[in-house]
Amino acid sequence: MDKKVLMRGSHVIGEAAVRSGCRLYAGYPITPQNELGEYMSEAMASLKDGTFIQAESELAAINMVLGASMAGARALTSSSSPGISLKQEGISFMAAQELPAVIVNTMRGGPGLGNIAPSQGDYFQATRGGGHGDYRTIVLAPASGQELADLTRKAFEYADKYQTPVIILGDGMMGQMMEPVEFPDPIDLNELPPKPWVLDGAKGRPSRIIKSLLLDISMEEEHNWKLSRKYESIARKITSSETFMVSDASLVVIAYGTAARIAKGAIKKVRDIGLNVGLLRPITLFPFPKRALLEISRLVKNFLVFEMSTGQMLEDVKLALEGRSNVHFYGRPGGIISTPDEISKVINSLYHRQHLEEG
Amino acid sequence: MERKVFQKPKYLKKAIFHYCPGCGHSIIHRLVAEVIEELDIGEKVIGVPPAGCAVLAYNYFDIDMGEAPHGRGAAVATGIKRILPDRIVFSYQGDGDIAAIGTAETIHAANRGEKITIIFVNNGVYGMTGGQMAPTTLLGQKSTTTPGGRDWARDGAPLDLSQMLAIAKGSVYIERTSVNSPKNIRRTKKAITKAFKVQMEGLGFSLIEILSPCPTNWKMPPVDAAKWVEETVMKIFPLKVIKDEVGKS
Repeated sequence: MDKKVLMRGSHVIGEAAVRSGCRLYAGYPITPQNELGEYMSEAMASLKDGTFIQAESELAAINMVLGASMAGARALTSSSSPGISLKQEGISFMAAQELPAVIVNTMRGGPGLGNIAPSQGDYFQATRGGGHGDYRTIVLAPASGQELADLTRKAFEYADKYQTPVIILGDGMMGQMMEPVEFPDPIDLNELPPKPWVLDGAKGRPSRIIKSLLLDISMEEEHNWKLSRKYESIARKITSSETFMVSDASLVVIAYGTAARIAKGAIKKVRDIGLNVGLLRPITLFPFPKRALLEISRLVKNFLVFEMSTGQMLEDVKLALEGRSNVHFYGRPGGIISTPDEISKVINSLYHRQHLEEG
Repeated sequence: MERKVFQKPKYLKKAIFHYCPGCGHSIIHRLVAEVIEELDIGEKVIGVPPAGCAVLAYNYFDIDMGEAPHGRGAAVATGIKRILPDRIVFSYQGDGDIAAIGTAETIHAANRGEKITIIFVNNGVYGMTGGQMAPTTLLGQKSTTTPGGRDWARDGAPLDLSQMLAIAKGSVYIERTSVNSPKNIRRTKKAITKAFKVQMEGLGFSLIEILSPCPTNWKMPPVDAAKWVEETVMKIFPLKVIKDEVGKS
């Protein structure tokens, strides 16, 4: 029997979260990701140990997740851009307290209230920490229904392993799109490694404290360096990207998530008319796939960054390349979804302007 | 023959309180620790300290404790309790923490009937930050941000959060007590005991508001501060059982 099911992106995250052992979801309604909370309300009710809470605010939701995480549970919250801004307090605390959690941001047009159309305007917020203080979060950028399922599983694994909040950064398009998905089998919670830091009552052991207050500045400095070393270790171990038709390319497009899907469509079109164009798709945005990019830059001198923003990942590309290559940019912020046709025209124009036709 | 009549409670660490002379926190910490010991819940209790003067409560209580962001005690406690429903979870919060920045979290936790207990210490000022006006500061009371006294028209009137919480369907037991005198200290301990029992019996949300002197920020000697609680604060925040649904169905 075919194990594939046709499901909406938001539901895929929910089902994958349940199968990854998520036992508490707390969230606040916001478009375009309400389907995830709705799915979790039913999914959690069907488990004997599941908790769904429709929280009074985004702040309450993230702090319920923080509490559940302290108590040892795999916990999830989700929102869309304006709501994620509100959650930053809790994300900063969890980064500092080294608590695992998974946060889904289904990005919409912004800033401010913006609109409810797909956007990639929260790249900076997601990859630079987002809240106050010197920290980062792991940021995963799925580009298909299957990847939503796979990366949700990974998000919970990374959160536990590295004791840090993990952000799944999608957009309204990812959330609404229906695609066939094959889910990984549900995990057995009893087989997960023990968490020797959990607050569950000091029975037969010394009492524990989970806190972020470090009034002694030398202790705070060491804590910051400890987190920094952790992020370096994360970068060595989990950095991930996909390449598409780069081996003979004279121009490589760099795009993630929905933008990468559009770019892939455009690349297929321009390949048909003989242009040697490839794609680099970061799957982890933090850590950014710097090494993969540098590898490509040994042979390719022209890059086109395409984002549904005015240019945010663009900065990471430039930082990685350090002036070694020509970096071009095309962006459509505010909820505009480019078509593959539009991007193929941009590629075509750039390709000829840079005299890349000789290959 | 010697008989021990006074000793350090089992669930307080051998640490010296940082609290100012005459502050109620030391007494309240002791009472909570005594109640935890008497109810024999030391191995299944989890505390959530606030941002504020009691931020270091985890250095004193010898139980599991997890710090909440400012005002979010009820939300964090909710998360813990929902995952571990057979544990006893309490948050310990000041008036600024619970009645200003954390009002929403507190009201909704009460309304959902979360089976948590809140120790709400009301001293009428933001103590840790140096004595600014709190939601509970009395009219006319001077603070560093109301140098001429709290003015109703400009600053609003003192907020009676406990009374507000009593309206919520999910709150079961709410009492206002004080630690300004031996008699009131004994009454406070009884109230804390009852609040924890409400949770242990799975009845719902319980909260004890404790009027507490802050001699440092009130700029009063400790004895005068204790007297001021009795004579002035209690006129606006009278000691009473605000809600008791125990035994009612």
